[in-house]
Amino acid sequence: MKSIKEKIIESILFTCALITVLTTLGIIWVLLSQSYSFFSEVSISEFLTDKEWTPLFSQKHFGIMPLVTGTLLTTFIAICVALPMGLTIAVYLNEYAPKGIRKTVKPILEILAAVPTVVYGFFALVVVTPFLQSIIPGLSGFNALSPGIVMGIMIIPFISSLSEDALAAVPKTLREASYGMGATKLQTSFKVLIPAASSGIIASVILALARAIGETMIVAIAAGQQPRLTFDPTVPVETITTYIVQVSMGDVPHGSLEYKTIFAAGITLFALTFLLNNISFWINKRYQQKYE
Amino acid sequence: MNNLQRNKIRDKAFKYFGVTCTFFGIFILGVFLFGIINDGVSRINWDFLTNLPSYRPKRAGILTAWTGTLWIFGLTAIIAIPLGIAAAIYLEEYGKKSWFANLLEINITNLAGVPSIIYGILGLEIFVRLAGLGGSLLAGSFTLSLLILPVIIVATREALKAVPLTTRTASYALGATKWQTIWNLILPASLSSIITGIILALARAVGETAPLIVIGALAYVPFVAKTPMDEFTVMPIQIFNWISRPQHGFTINAAAAIIILLAFVFVMNGIAVYIRIKAKKKSH
Repeated sequence: MKSIKEKIIESILFTCALITVLTTLGIIWVLLSQSYSFFSEVSISEFLTDKEWTPLFSQKHFGIMPLVTGTLLTTFIAICVALPMGLTIAVYLNEYAPKGIRKTVKPILEILAAVPTVVYGFFALVVVTPFLQSIIPGLSGFNALSPGIVMGIMIIPFISSLSEDALAAVPKTLREASYGMGATKLQTSFKVLIPAASSGIIASVILALARAIGETMIVAIAAGQQPRLTFDPTVPVETITTYIVQVSMGDVPHGSLEYKTIFAAGITLFALTFLLNNISFWINKRYQQKYE
Repeated sequence: MNNLQRNKIRDKAFKYFGVTCTFFGIFILGVFLFGIINDGVSRINWDFLTNLPSYRPKRAGILTAWTGTLWIFGLTAIIAIPLGIAAAIYLEEYGKKSWFANLLEINITNLAGVPSIIYGILGLEIFVRLAGLGGSLLAGSFTLSLLILPVIIVATREALKAVPLTTRTASYALGATKWQTIWNLILPASLSSIITGIILALARAVGETAPLIVIGALAYVPFVAKTPMDEFTVMPIQIFNWISRPQHGFTINAAAAIIILLAFVFVMNGIAVYIRIKAKKKSH
Protein backbone atom coordinates (compact mmCIF):
# COMPACT_ATOMS: atom_id res chain seq x y z
CA MET A 1 0.00 0.00 0.00
CA LYS A 2 2.75 2.37 1.05
CA SER A 3 4.79 1.68 -2.03
CA ILE A 4 1.86 2.42 -4.34
CA LYS A 5 1.44 5.82 -2.71
CA GLU A 6 5.16 6.46 -3.12
CA LYS A 7 4.97 5.53 -6.79
CA ILE A 8 2.00 7.80 -7.40
CA ILE A 9 3.76 10.73 -5.74
CA GLU A 10 6.88 10.13 -7.77
CA SER A 11 4.94 10.12 -11.01
CA ILE A 12 3.15 13.37 -10.07
CA LEU A 13 6.49 15.01 -9.37
CA PHE A 14 7.87 13.63 -12.62
CA THR A 15 4.95 15.13 -14.55
CA CYS A 16 5.69 18.54 -13.07
CA ALA A 17 9.34 18.25 -14.09
CA LEU A 18 8.21 17.21 -17.56
CA ILE A 19 6.45 20.57 -18.00
CA THR A 20 9.83 22.25 -18.41
CA VAL A 21 10.60 19.98 -21.36
CA LEU A 22 7.16 20.60 -22.81
CA THR A 23 7.82 24.35 -22.53
CA THR A 24 10.95 24.04 -24.63
CA LEU A 25 9.24 21.79 -27.16
CA GLY A 26 6.30 24.21 -27.21
CA ILE A 27 8.55 27.18 -27.95
CA ILE A 28 10.33 25.34 -30.73
CA TRP A 29 7.13 23.96 -32.22
CA VAL A 30 5.31 27.31 -32.18
CA LEU A 31 8.25 29.18 -33.70
CA LEU A 32 8.99 26.52 -36.34
CA SER A 33 5.43 25.83 -37.46
CA GLN A 34 4.49 29.49 -37.83
CA SER A 35 7.81 30.43 -39.41
CA TYR A 36 7.41 27.54 -41.82
CA SER A 37 4.23 29.01 -43.20
CA PHE A 38 5.92 32.44 -43.27
CA PHE A 39 8.84 31.07 -45.28
CA SER A 40 6.51 29.38 -47.73
CA GLU A 41 5.46 32.89 -48.76
CA VAL A 42 8.76 34.73 -48.32
CA SER A 43 12.00 33.12 -49.46
CA ILE A 44 14.77 32.66 -46.91
CA SER A 45 17.24 34.43 -49.19
CA GLU A 46 14.97 37.50 -49.31
CA PHE A 47 14.63 37.31 -45.52
CA LEU A 48 18.39 37.28 -45.03
CA THR A 49 19.56 39.62 -47.80
CA ASP A 50 16.85 42.26 -48.37
CA LYS A 51 17.98 45.54 -46.87
CA GLU A 52 14.52 46.73 -45.83
CA TRP A 53 11.96 45.54 -43.29
CA THR A 54 8.54 47.01 -44.06
CA PRO A 55 5.91 44.26 -43.58
CA LEU A 56 3.35 46.75 -42.26
CA PHE A 57 3.54 49.10 -45.28
CA SER A 58 1.90 48.66 -48.67
CA GLN A 59 5.34 48.31 -50.29
CA LYS A 60 6.37 45.17 -48.38
CA HIS A 61 9.96 44.13 -47.81
CA PHE A 62 10.98 41.25 -45.57
CA GLY A 63 14.68 41.70 -44.89
CA ILE A 64 15.46 40.92 -41.24
CA MET A 65 18.89 42.60 -41.38
CA PRO A 66 17.76 46.10 -40.26
CA LEU A 67 16.21 44.56 -37.13
CA VAL A 68 19.33 42.47 -36.51
CA THR A 69 21.65 45.46 -36.83
CA GLY A 70 19.37 47.48 -34.53
CA THR A 71 19.55 44.69 -31.96
CA LEU A 72 23.32 44.28 -32.30
CA LEU A 73 23.93 48.03 -32.14
CA THR A 74 22.05 48.55 -28.84
CA THR A 75 23.61 45.37 -27.45
CA PHE A 76 27.10 46.51 -28.46
CA ILE A 77 26.64 49.87 -26.74
CA ALA A 78 25.34 48.11 -23.62
CA ILE A 79 28.36 45.82 -23.48
CA CYS A 80 30.72 48.79 -23.99
CA VAL A 81 29.26 50.22 -20.78
CA ALA A 82 28.78 47.04 -18.79
CA LEU A 83 32.01 45.14 -19.52
CA PRO A 84 34.59 47.70 -18.30
CA MET A 85 32.38 48.82 -15.40
CA GLY A 86 31.38 45.32 -14.39
CA LEU A 87 34.88 43.89 -14.60
CA THR A 88 36.40 46.82 -12.69
CA ILE A 89 33.78 46.44 -9.97
CA ALA A 90 34.44 42.70 -9.81
CA VAL A 91 38.21 43.21 -9.44
CA TYR A 92 37.74 46.00 -6.91
CA LEU A 93 35.31 44.00 -4.78
CA ASN A 94 37.44 40.88 -5.00
CA GLU A 95 40.92 42.28 -4.32
CA TYR A 96 40.64 45.76 -2.86
CA ALA A 97 37.39 46.26 -0.99
CA PRO A 98 37.16 45.39 2.71
CA LYS A 99 34.89 42.42 3.42
CA GLY A 100 32.13 44.60 4.89
CA ILE A 101 31.90 46.74 1.76
CA ARG A 102 31.82 43.71 -0.50
CA LYS A 103 29.00 42.19 1.51
CA THR A 104 26.84 45.32 1.36
CA VAL A 105 27.69 46.52 -2.15
CA LYS A 106 26.99 43.27 -3.98
CA PRO A 107 23.29 43.05 -3.01
CA ILE A 108 22.81 46.79 -3.62
CA LEU A 109 24.21 46.41 -7.15
CA GLU A 110 21.95 43.44 -7.69
CA ILE A 111 18.97 45.74 -7.12
CA LEU A 112 19.91 47.17 -10.53
CA ALA A 113 18.86 43.87 -12.08
CA ALA A 114 15.64 43.68 -10.03
CA VAL A 115 14.18 46.98 -11.28
CA PRO A 116 11.44 46.30 -13.88
CA THR A 117 12.74 47.10 -17.35
CA VAL A 118 9.84 49.39 -18.21
CA VAL A 119 11.19 51.65 -15.46
CA TYR A 120 14.60 51.72 -17.16
CA GLY A 121 12.83 52.64 -20.38
CA PHE A 122 11.32 55.65 -18.65
CA PHE A 123 14.75 56.57 -17.32
CA ALA A 124 16.31 56.32 -20.80
CA LEU A 125 13.63 58.40 -22.50
CA VAL A 126 12.97 61.05 -19.85
CA VAL A 127 16.40 61.50 -18.23
CA VAL A 128 19.25 60.08 -20.33
CA THR A 129 18.15 61.12 -23.82
CA PRO A 130 17.63 64.83 -22.93
CA PHE A 131 20.96 64.79 -21.09
CA LEU A 132 22.76 63.30 -24.10
CA GLN A 133 21.03 65.75 -26.42
CA SER A 134 22.60 68.61 -24.49
CA ILE A 135 26.03 67.10 -25.23
CA ILE A 136 25.46 65.70 -28.74
CA PRO A 137 23.51 68.32 -30.72
CA GLY A 138 22.35 66.11 -33.62
CA LEU A 139 20.92 63.35 -31.42
CA SER A 140 17.31 62.53 -32.26
CA GLY A 141 14.66 61.93 -29.60
CA PHE A 142 14.71 58.21 -30.29
CA ASN A 143 18.16 56.70 -30.76
CA ALA A 144 20.25 53.62 -30.06
CA LEU A 145 22.73 55.36 -27.75
CA SER A 146 20.52 56.21 -24.80
CA PRO A 147 18.76 52.83 -24.40
CA GLY A 148 22.11 51.13 -25.07
CA ILE A 149 23.76 52.95 -22.17
CA VAL A 150 20.82 52.33 -19.82
CA MET A 151 20.73 48.66 -20.79
CA GLY A 152 24.46 48.57 -20.01
CA ILE A 153 23.78 49.88 -16.49
CA MET A 154 21.07 47.26 -16.07
CA ILE A 155 23.38 44.35 -16.94
CA ILE A 156 26.35 45.55 -14.82
CA PRO A 157 25.38 43.23 -11.93
CA PHE A 158 25.30 40.21 -14.28
CA ILE A 159 28.94 40.79 -15.14
CA SER A 160 30.16 42.11 -11.77
CA SER A 161 28.55 39.42 -9.61
CA LEU A 162 29.35 36.41 -11.78
CA SER A 163 32.88 37.62 -12.54
CA GLU A 164 33.48 38.27 -8.86
CA ASP A 165 32.41 34.70 -8.13
CA ALA A 166 34.83 33.47 -10.81
CA LEU A 167 37.69 35.56 -9.39
CA ALA A 168 36.97 34.37 -5.87
CA ALA A 169 37.13 30.76 -7.08
CA VAL A 170 40.73 31.08 -8.25
CA PRO A 171 42.88 28.97 -5.90
CA LYS A 172 44.61 30.92 -3.14
CA THR A 173 48.02 29.51 -4.05
CA LEU A 174 48.03 31.39 -7.38
CA ARG A 175 47.29 34.67 -5.63
CA GLU A 176 49.87 34.11 -2.91
CA ALA A 177 52.53 33.09 -5.39
CA SER A 178 51.98 36.35 -7.23
CA TYR A 179 52.22 38.44 -4.05
CA GLY A 180 55.27 36.46 -3.07
CA MET A 181 56.96 37.62 -6.25
CA GLY A 182 56.34 41.21 -5.15
CA ALA A 183 53.43 41.94 -7.52
CA THR A 184 50.94 44.66 -6.61
CA LYS A 185 47.23 43.93 -6.32
CA LEU A 186 46.71 45.44 -9.74
CA GLN A 187 49.32 43.24 -11.36
CA THR A 188 48.01 40.18 -9.55
CA SER A 189 44.46 40.94 -10.65
CA PHE A 190 45.14 41.56 -14.31
CA LYS A 191 48.05 39.23 -14.95
CA VAL A 192 47.15 36.27 -12.75
CA LEU A 193 43.56 36.26 -11.54
CA ILE A 194 41.72 37.47 -14.64
CA PRO A 195 43.52 35.04 -16.98
CA ALA A 196 42.88 32.23 -14.49
CA ALA A 197 39.20 33.12 -14.17
CA SER A 198 38.80 34.00 -17.84
CA SER A 199 36.35 31.23 -18.69
CA GLY A 200 34.01 32.24 -15.88
CA ILE A 201 34.28 35.89 -16.86
CA ILE A 202 33.64 35.17 -20.54
CA ALA A 203 30.63 33.04 -19.59
CA SER A 204 29.23 35.94 -17.55
CA VAL A 205 29.74 38.38 -20.43
CA ILE A 206 27.99 36.07 -22.89
CA LEU A 207 25.10 35.69 -20.47
CA ALA A 208 24.86 39.47 -20.22
CA LEU A 209 24.98 39.70 -24.04
CA ALA A 210 22.10 37.27 -24.36
CA ARG A 211 20.15 39.27 -21.82
CA ALA A 212 20.74 42.51 -23.73
CA ILE A 213 19.73 40.96 -27.06
CA GLY A 214 16.46 39.73 -25.59
CA GLU A 215 15.71 42.94 -23.69
CA THR A 216 12.50 44.50 -24.88
CA MET A 217 11.00 47.39 -22.99
CA ILE A 218 14.02 49.73 -22.78
CA VAL A 219 14.54 49.67 -26.54
CA ALA A 220 10.82 49.67 -27.30
CA ILE A 221 10.46 52.90 -25.32
CA ALA A 222 13.65 54.77 -26.17
CA ALA A 223 15.12 53.44 -29.44
CA GLY A 224 12.23 54.15 -31.76
CA GLN A 225 10.35 52.00 -34.26
CA GLN A 226 12.17 52.61 -37.52
CA PRO A 227 13.95 49.55 -38.91
CA ARG A 228 17.14 50.94 -40.42
CA LEU A 229 20.27 49.24 -41.69
CA THR A 230 22.78 51.40 -39.85
CA PHE A 231 25.37 51.43 -37.11
CA ASP A 232 24.83 55.13 -36.40
CA PRO A 233 23.89 55.36 -32.71
CA THR A 234 22.27 58.80 -33.00
CA VAL A 235 19.28 57.92 -35.20
CA PRO A 236 16.13 55.92 -34.41
CA VAL A 237 16.43 52.16 -34.98
CA GLU A 238 14.21 49.16 -34.29
CA THR A 239 15.25 45.93 -32.58
CA ILE A 240 13.76 42.47 -33.13
CA THR A 241 12.03 42.63 -29.76
CA THR A 242 10.58 46.09 -30.41
CA TYR A 243 9.12 44.90 -33.68
CA ILE A 244 7.33 42.02 -31.93
CA VAL A 245 5.87 44.49 -29.41
CA GLN A 246 4.88 46.89 -32.18
CA VAL A 247 2.93 44.20 -34.04
CA SER A 248 1.35 42.93 -30.81
CA MET A 249 0.04 46.41 -29.99
CA GLY A 250 -1.47 46.92 -33.44
CA ASP A 251 -4.50 45.35 -35.10
CA VAL A 252 -2.81 42.78 -37.27
CA PRO A 253 -5.32 40.04 -38.20
CA HIS A 254 -4.48 36.54 -36.97
CA GLY A 255 -3.11 34.26 -39.68
CA SER A 256 -2.06 37.03 -42.06
CA LEU A 257 1.46 37.28 -43.40
CA GLU A 258 2.05 40.36 -41.21
CA TYR A 259 1.04 38.31 -38.18
CA LYS A 260 3.47 35.54 -39.09
CA THR A 261 6.37 37.99 -39.25
CA ILE A 262 6.57 38.05 -35.45
CA PHE A 263 7.34 34.33 -35.48
CA ALA A 264 10.05 34.77 -38.11
CA ALA A 265 11.49 37.61 -36.01
CA GLY A 266 11.01 35.48 -32.87
CA ILE A 267 12.88 32.49 -34.27
CA THR A 268 15.79 34.76 -35.24
CA LEU A 269 15.90 36.13 -31.69
CA PHE A 270 15.58 32.66 -30.18
CA ALA A 271 18.41 31.32 -32.36
CA LEU A 272 20.72 34.19 -31.35
CA THR A 273 20.14 33.83 -27.60
CA PHE A 274 20.07 30.02 -27.70
CA LEU A 275 23.49 30.01 -29.33
CA LEU A 276 24.94 32.46 -26.79
CA ASN A 277 23.45 30.66 -23.78
CA ASN A 278 24.88 27.35 -24.91
CA ILE A 279 28.33 28.80 -25.50
CA SER A 280 28.21 30.27 -21.99
CA PHE A 281 27.00 26.96 -20.50
CA TRP A 282 29.73 25.05 -22.31
CA ILE A 283 32.51 27.43 -21.24
CA ASN A 284 31.28 27.30 -17.65
CA LYS A 285 31.22 23.52 -17.64
CA ARG A 286 34.81 23.33 -18.86
CA TYR A 287 35.91 25.89 -16.31
CA GLN A 288 34.35 24.01 -13.42
CA GLN A 289 36.37 20.94 -14.31
CA LYS A 290 39.56 22.91 -14.31
CA TYR A 291 39.90 23.45 -10.57
CA GLU A 292 38.22 20.37 -9.17
CA MET B 1 60.81 57.47 -10.21
CA ASN B 2 61.58 53.77 -10.35
CA ASN B 3 59.44 50.87 -11.42
CA LEU B 4 58.29 49.98 -7.94
CA GLN B 5 56.95 53.44 -7.21
CA ARG B 6 55.24 53.57 -10.57
CA ASN B 7 53.52 50.25 -9.93
CA LYS B 8 52.38 51.42 -6.52
CA ILE B 9 50.90 54.59 -8.00
CA ARG B 10 49.12 52.55 -10.67
CA ASP B 11 47.79 50.27 -7.98
CA LYS B 12 46.43 53.22 -5.97
CA ALA B 13 44.95 54.79 -9.09
CA PHE B 14 43.10 51.60 -9.95
CA LYS B 15 41.78 51.37 -6.41
CA TYR B 16 40.19 54.80 -6.70
CA PHE B 17 38.92 53.98 -10.17
CA GLY B 18 37.34 50.84 -8.73
CA VAL B 19 35.67 52.79 -5.94
CA THR B 20 34.39 55.30 -8.49
CA CYS B 21 32.93 52.60 -10.75
CA THR B 22 31.31 50.76 -7.86
CA PHE B 23 29.70 53.84 -6.44
CA PHE B 24 28.81 55.15 -9.88
CA GLY B 25 26.35 52.28 -10.22
CA ILE B 26 24.83 53.03 -6.84
CA PHE B 27 24.92 56.75 -7.57
CA ILE B 28 22.99 56.28 -10.84
CA LEU B 29 20.42 54.19 -8.98
CA GLY B 30 20.09 56.99 -6.45
CA VAL B 31 19.78 59.78 -9.03
CA PHE B 32 17.25 57.79 -10.87
CA LEU B 33 15.07 57.00 -7.85
CA PHE B 34 15.29 60.58 -6.64
CA GLY B 35 14.29 61.92 -10.07
CA ILE B 36 11.27 59.67 -10.31
CA ILE B 37 10.11 60.40 -6.77
CA ASN B 38 10.57 64.10 -7.43
CA ASP B 39 8.46 63.89 -10.61
CA GLY B 40 5.75 61.61 -9.41
CA VAL B 41 5.18 61.71 -5.70
CA SER B 42 2.91 64.76 -5.72
CA ARG B 43 0.64 63.00 -8.20
CA ILE B 44 -0.07 60.10 -5.85
CA ASN B 45 -3.34 60.54 -4.03
CA TRP B 46 -6.50 58.62 -3.36
CA ASP B 47 -8.07 59.53 -6.70
CA PHE B 48 -5.00 58.31 -8.58
CA LEU B 49 -5.35 54.91 -6.93
CA THR B 50 -9.11 54.60 -7.41
CA ASN B 51 -9.75 56.23 -10.80
CA LEU B 52 -10.29 54.36 -14.04
CA PRO B 53 -8.07 55.16 -17.04
CA SER B 54 -8.88 58.39 -18.86
CA TYR B 55 -7.68 60.36 -21.84
CA ARG B 56 -7.23 63.34 -19.55
CA PRO B 57 -3.99 62.87 -17.59
CA LYS B 58 -5.27 64.63 -14.46
CA ARG B 59 -8.29 62.32 -14.25
CA ALA B 60 -6.54 59.09 -15.14
CA GLY B 61 -5.97 56.55 -12.39
CA ILE B 62 -4.39 53.16 -11.92
CA LEU B 63 -7.27 51.20 -10.40
CA THR B 64 -7.48 48.67 -13.24
CA ALA B 65 -3.68 48.44 -13.42
CA TRP B 66 -2.95 47.63 -9.80
CA THR B 67 -5.89 45.29 -9.43
CA GLY B 68 -4.70 43.55 -12.60
CA THR B 69 -1.21 43.24 -11.15
CA LEU B 70 -2.60 41.74 -7.92
CA TRP B 71 -4.66 39.23 -9.94
CA ILE B 72 -1.64 38.25 -12.01
CA PHE B 73 0.49 38.01 -8.88
CA GLY B 74 -2.00 35.72 -7.12
CA LEU B 75 -2.79 33.48 -10.07
CA THR B 76 0.85 33.12 -11.07
CA ALA B 77 1.73 32.19 -7.48
CA ILE B 78 -1.01 29.54 -7.38
CA ILE B 79 0.15 28.00 -10.68
CA ALA B 80 3.92 28.36 -10.47
CA ILE B 81 4.71 27.58 -6.81
CA PRO B 82 3.44 23.98 -6.63
CA LEU B 83 4.71 23.16 -10.12
CA GLY B 84 8.14 24.61 -9.45
CA ILE B 85 8.61 22.96 -6.06
CA ALA B 86 7.38 19.60 -7.34
CA ALA B 87 9.67 19.71 -10.37
CA ALA B 88 12.63 20.67 -8.19
CA ILE B 89 11.93 17.85 -5.74
CA TYR B 90 11.84 15.38 -8.60
CA LEU B 91 15.10 16.65 -10.07
CA GLU B 92 16.94 16.86 -6.78
CA GLU B 93 15.61 13.82 -4.91
CA TYR B 94 14.41 11.29 -7.47
CA GLY B 95 15.77 11.35 -10.98
CA LYS B 96 19.34 12.21 -10.24
CA LYS B 97 21.45 9.91 -12.29
CA SER B 98 19.49 9.08 -15.41
CA TRP B 99 20.28 10.56 -18.82
CA PHE B 100 16.82 12.07 -18.71
CA ALA B 101 17.61 14.02 -15.54
CA ASN B 102 20.69 15.31 -17.28
CA LEU B 103 18.60 16.46 -20.21
CA LEU B 104 16.12 18.16 -17.86
CA GLU B 105 18.97 20.00 -16.20
CA ILE B 106 20.45 21.37 -19.45
CA ASN B 107 16.95 22.22 -20.57
CA ILE B 108 16.21 24.31 -17.47
CA THR B 109 19.48 26.21 -17.84
CA ASN B 110 18.47 26.99 -21.38
CA LEU B 111 14.93 28.03 -20.46
CA ALA B 112 16.30 30.49 -17.92
CA GLY B 113 18.09 32.24 -20.78
CA VAL B 114 15.16 32.47 -23.20
CA PRO B 115 14.08 36.12 -23.65
CA SER B 116 10.79 36.89 -21.92
CA ILE B 117 9.17 38.05 -25.15
CA ILE B 118 9.58 34.53 -26.59
CA TYR B 119 7.48 33.24 -23.70
CA GLY B 120 4.91 35.80 -24.82
CA ILE B 121 4.88 34.25 -28.30
CA LEU B 122 4.51 30.78 -26.76
CA GLY B 123 1.63 31.98 -24.57
CA LEU B 124 -0.05 33.65 -27.53
CA GLU B 125 -0.21 30.43 -29.54
CA ILE B 126 -0.74 27.89 -26.73
CA PHE B 127 -2.89 29.64 -24.12
CA VAL B 128 -4.57 32.45 -26.03
CA ARG B 129 -5.35 30.59 -29.27
CA LEU B 130 -5.03 26.82 -28.78
CA ALA B 131 -6.53 26.68 -25.28
CA GLY B 132 -8.96 29.45 -26.22
CA LEU B 133 -8.32 31.55 -23.14
CA GLY B 134 -8.05 34.80 -25.13
CA GLY B 135 -6.21 37.77 -23.70
CA SER B 136 -7.39 36.86 -20.20
CA LEU B 137 -5.79 37.02 -16.77
CA LEU B 138 -5.52 33.24 -16.83
CA ALA B 139 -3.59 33.21 -20.13
CA GLY B 140 -1.27 35.89 -18.75
CA SER B 141 -0.68 34.00 -15.51
CA PHE B 142 0.06 30.72 -17.30
CA THR B 143 2.55 32.52 -19.54
CA LEU B 144 4.32 34.20 -16.62
CA SER B 145 4.30 30.92 -14.67
CA LEU B 146 6.27 29.22 -17.42
CA LEU B 147 8.61 32.22 -17.46
CA ILE B 148 9.45 32.05 -13.74
CA LEU B 149 9.36 28.26 -13.42
CA PRO B 150 13.10 27.83 -14.13
CA VAL B 151 13.90 30.49 -11.51
CA ILE B 152 11.79 28.73 -8.85
CA ILE B 153 13.20 25.32 -9.75
CA VAL B 154 16.82 26.46 -9.53
CA ALA B 155 16.26 28.23 -6.19
CA THR B 156 14.35 25.28 -4.70
CA ARG B 157 17.02 22.81 -5.78
CA GLU B 158 19.71 24.90 -4.11
CA ALA B 159 17.61 24.93 -0.93
CA LEU B 160 17.05 21.16 -0.99
CA LYS B 161 20.72 20.55 -1.65
CA ALA B 162 21.64 22.46 1.51
CA VAL B 163 19.78 20.02 3.79
CA PRO B 164 22.49 17.81 5.37
CA LEU B 165 22.69 14.13 4.47
CA THR B 166 22.43 13.15 8.15
CA THR B 167 18.82 14.38 8.21
CA ARG B 168 17.94 11.97 5.42
CA THR B 169 19.83 8.97 6.73
CA ALA B 170 18.38 9.44 10.23
CA SER B 171 14.90 9.47 8.79
CA TYR B 172 15.47 6.38 6.66
CA ALA B 173 16.97 4.58 9.65
CA LEU B 174 13.70 5.11 11.49
CA GLY B 175 11.88 3.40 8.65
CA ALA B 176 10.41 6.45 6.94
CA THR B 177 9.77 6.27 3.21
CA LYS B 178 11.34 8.64 0.74
CA TRP B 179 8.28 10.84 0.48
CA GLN B 180 7.77 10.90 4.26
CA THR B 181 11.35 12.07 4.61
CA ILE B 182 10.90 14.78 2.01
CA TRP B 183 7.54 15.97 3.31
CA ASN B 184 8.25 15.84 7.05
CA LEU B 185 11.93 16.76 7.21
CA ILE B 186 13.54 18.08 4.05
CA LEU B 187 10.85 20.55 3.00
CA PRO B 188 10.43 22.12 6.46
CA ALA B 189 14.20 22.41 6.80
CA SER B 190 14.62 24.19 3.47
CA LEU B 191 11.38 26.17 3.55
CA SER B 192 12.84 29.62 4.21
CA SER B 193 15.29 29.39 1.31
CA ILE B 194 12.54 28.12 -0.96
CA ILE B 195 10.28 31.02 0.04
CA THR B 196 13.09 33.51 -0.63
CA GLY B 197 13.53 32.13 -4.15
CA ILE B 198 9.80 32.14 -4.83
CA ILE B 199 9.37 35.75 -3.71
CA LEU B 200 12.20 36.90 -5.96
CA ALA B 201 10.70 35.00 -8.89
CA LEU B 202 7.26 36.51 -8.29
CA ALA B 203 8.79 39.98 -8.02
CA ARG B 204 10.17 39.39 -11.48
CA ALA B 205 6.75 38.32 -12.79
CA VAL B 206 5.17 41.49 -11.40
CA GLY B 207 7.64 43.67 -13.32
CA GLU B 208 7.27 41.85 -16.65
CA THR B 209 5.74 43.79 -19.52
CA ALA B 210 6.70 42.36 -22.88
CA PRO B 211 5.19 38.84 -22.68
CA LEU B 212 1.86 40.25 -21.51
CA ILE B 213 1.77 42.75 -24.37
CA VAL B 214 2.36 39.91 -26.82
CA ILE B 215 -0.45 37.75 -25.43
CA GLY B 216 -2.75 40.73 -25.87
CA ALA B 217 -3.11 42.42 -22.50
CA LEU B 218 -4.66 45.76 -23.21
CA ALA B 219 -3.45 49.23 -22.39
CA TYR B 220 -6.98 50.55 -21.97
CA VAL B 221 -9.27 48.49 -19.74
CA PRO B 222 -12.23 50.46 -18.42
CA PHE B 223 -13.30 47.97 -15.74
CA VAL B 224 -11.84 46.08 -12.81
CA ALA B 225 -11.33 42.38 -13.54
CA LYS B 226 -13.73 40.14 -11.60
CA THR B 227 -12.89 36.65 -12.84
CA PRO B 228 -9.70 35.04 -14.16
CA MET B 229 -11.27 35.02 -17.63
CA ASP B 230 -11.52 38.82 -17.82
CA GLU B 231 -9.32 40.99 -20.00
CA PHE B 232 -6.78 42.94 -18.05
CA THR B 233 -3.97 45.41 -17.83
CA VAL B 234 -1.09 45.56 -15.34
CA MET B 235 1.04 48.32 -13.83
CA PRO B 236 4.01 47.94 -16.24
CA ILE B 237 1.73 48.08 -19.29
CA GLN B 238 -0.06 51.14 -17.93
CA ILE B 239 3.32 52.78 -17.37
CA PHE B 240 4.46 51.86 -20.88
CA ASN B 241 1.27 53.30 -22.31
CA TRP B 242 1.69 56.59 -20.45
CA ILE B 243 5.37 56.90 -21.37
CA SER B 244 4.46 56.50 -25.05
CA ARG B 245 2.21 59.57 -24.98
CA PRO B 246 3.51 63.03 -25.77
CA GLN B 247 1.58 65.04 -23.13
CA HIS B 248 3.66 65.99 -20.11
CA GLY B 249 0.79 65.12 -17.77
CA PHE B 250 1.06 61.46 -18.71
CA THR B 251 4.81 61.47 -18.05
CA ILE B 252 4.04 62.62 -14.51
CA ASN B 253 1.41 59.86 -14.23
CA ALA B 254 4.01 57.33 -15.40
CA ALA B 255 6.46 58.50 -12.74
CA ALA B 256 3.78 58.22 -10.06
CA ALA B 257 2.83 54.71 -11.20
CA ILE B 258 6.52 53.73 -11.27
CA ILE B 259 6.89 54.78 -7.61
CA ILE B 260 4.07 52.41 -6.66
CA LEU B 261 5.40 49.56 -8.81
CA LEU B 262 8.94 49.99 -7.45
CA ALA B 263 7.65 50.15 -3.89
CA PHE B 264 5.91 46.82 -4.44
CA VAL B 265 8.94 45.18 -6.07
CA PHE B 266 11.39 46.53 -3.47
CA VAL B 267 9.20 45.47 -0.54
CA MET B 268 9.10 41.96 -1.99
CA ASN B 269 12.88 41.92 -2.43
CA GLY B 270 13.24 43.28 1.11
CA ILE B 271 11.07 40.52 2.55
CA ALA B 272 13.13 37.93 0.65
CA VAL B 273 16.40 39.33 2.02
CA TYR B 274 14.92 39.52 5.53
CA ILE B 275 13.85 35.87 5.46
CA ARG B 276 17.29 34.87 4.19
CA ILE B 277 19.10 36.76 6.95
CA LYS B 278 16.77 35.43 9.63
CA ALA B 279 17.23 31.86 8.43
CA LYS B 280 21.00 32.30 8.48
CA LYS B 281 20.93 33.49 12.08
CA LYS B 282 18.75 30.55 13.09
CA SER B 283 21.13 28.01 11.61
CA HIS B 284 24.12 29.37 13.51
